[in-house]
Amino acid sequence: MTAPATSLDIRRPIGRVVMKALAHVGRVSLLVFEIFRGLAEWRVWLPRTIEEAANLGLGSLPIILLVAGFAGAVTALQTGYQFTGNIPFYVAGSLIVESVVLELGPVLTGLILAGRIGARYAAELGTMRVTEQIDALETLGRSPASHLVIPRVLAGIVMIPILTIIADITGIISGWVAVQQVLPVTNHDFMYGARIFWHPFDAWYSVIKGFAFAVCITVVSCYFGFSTEQGAEGVGKSTTGAVVASCVLILLLDTVLAKLLLK
Amino acid sequence: MIELHGVRKRFGQQVVLDGVDFTVQDGETVALLGPSGCGKSVLLKHVVGLIRQDAGTVLVDGKDVAHLKRDALRQLRSTIGYVFQNGALFDSMNVFENVRLGITNEDQFRDMTYCRERVARCLKLVNLTQDTAQKYPAQLSGGMRKRVGISRAIAGTPKYLLYDEPTSGLDPVNADIIDELVKSLAAELGVTSVMVTHDVRGAMRVADRLALLTGGRIVQQGTPKEFMESTVPEVREFLERDFGNLNFAA
Repeated sequence: MTAPATSLDIRRPIGRVVMKALAHVGRVSLLVFEIFRGLAEWRVWLPRTIEEAANLGLGSLPIILLVAGFAGAVTALQTGYQFTGNIPFYVAGSLIVESVVLELGPVLTGLILAGRIGARYAAELGTMRVTEQIDALETLGRSPASHLVIPRVLAGIVMIPILTIIADITGIISGWVAVQQVLPVTNHDFMYGARIFWHPFDAWYSVIKGFAFAVCITVVSCYFGFSTEQGAEGVGKSTTGAVVASCVLILLLDTVLAKLLLK
Repeated sequence: MIELHGVRKRFGQQVVLDGVDFTVQDGETVALLGPSGCGKSVLLKHVVGLIRQDAGTVLVDGKDVAHLKRDALRQLRSTIGYVFQNGALFDSMNVFENVRLGITNEDQFRDMTYCRERVARCLKLVNLTQDTAQKYPAQLSGGMRKRVGISRAIAGTPKYLLYDEPTSGLDPVNADIIDELVKSLAAELGVTSVMVTHDVRGAMRVADRLALLTGGRIVQQGTPKEFMESTVPEVREFLERDFGNLNFAA
């Protein structure tokens, strides 16, 4: 017996969402395949990658320093707020260093860059798509992946982990300065606390997250840019979609990596 | 030779091409006419492999475009110059770099002496001065952008030139300039040209043959004279939009 037409059938919308998600996964996979295939054309992507890496690194540095500075400072201030008389002050050093290195440094760097470069890449490529510049590249026998995608992805993979390290260092320093305004923490206490719970792997964990977020931001934003349709409105949608998707995936990856790597 | 046999293409529920048969002989200049949104550009993009048909075959020099491997498609595309409707110039590159990208032979592309000479010649062929080479697309007028697009398309010494609405958005004077350019390039370079347009007057001036695409099919192909004398209702209706009551013209 078939369900009447007016009954609430959620299978169809769920099916549509699932099919749409699978289609996105398929198209992203094709883009990744094109990226690997385009690596052979190193004469094309290498100079563009170097230029893009310089732009990305130098251009993003001020905002990363600012955000990391505030992140370290607010962590320190909140630590001061939560401390009671029973907790040794050197623990503040551990809290600040571990919070910044394990979480705030890479995640805030990733989220900021998702907005800054993810939006830019999606908008640039989206505009190129709707003005047929990407089609023009193809008709000229040039690989859009080598010319447009690989430089952006590789620049991100190189620079975002470096920016993450810079963010970590900045956050620790600003936290160090800020905590001394709210707690009687000496430099010796801070350094002792920083070392006592420190694992060398923590630094690698931060860099691994930076690398993972770099791949996520660049590939997702390039994918959204390439998929743009319908003129200026489409470019707007792609840009927004790229940023939202990147941010969600960053938080998802953050959780997955914590589960897999922190044991 | 370009051959389309029974080509069908739909986007979602919308059928754009519904069994198109269309042939262009070597050396011909053919104008593909039709109302806006009828699928002229879609048809043109099949020839260069930017769109793949749902049914039918697209052959260029006997090669099935839809089934060519990557390297073979690249090789085929090196014989085709495609002029996009709005030029599709790369905004981050100046005119010289844009036109240079049209040089599809890798050895020639890396030879800067050759590139400078070739770009200069291509700009001259489209009546652009050499100082245009250092300008960026944003600094060019609409007509100049179209001409740079043509210059880029011919830089690789193609066998075929495909023009997608080359005069759209231009004033009548610049439109005439582009039409004359299409004609002179066909004569000077000996290329086979397909021009997608809804400008009937320009098409009649430039083309050896016209084809009308409407309702997803080619309803008439022939010389300009045959077109004007056609009794096919769709052709009469299309021409009357441009020429008014055709009984007066007869």
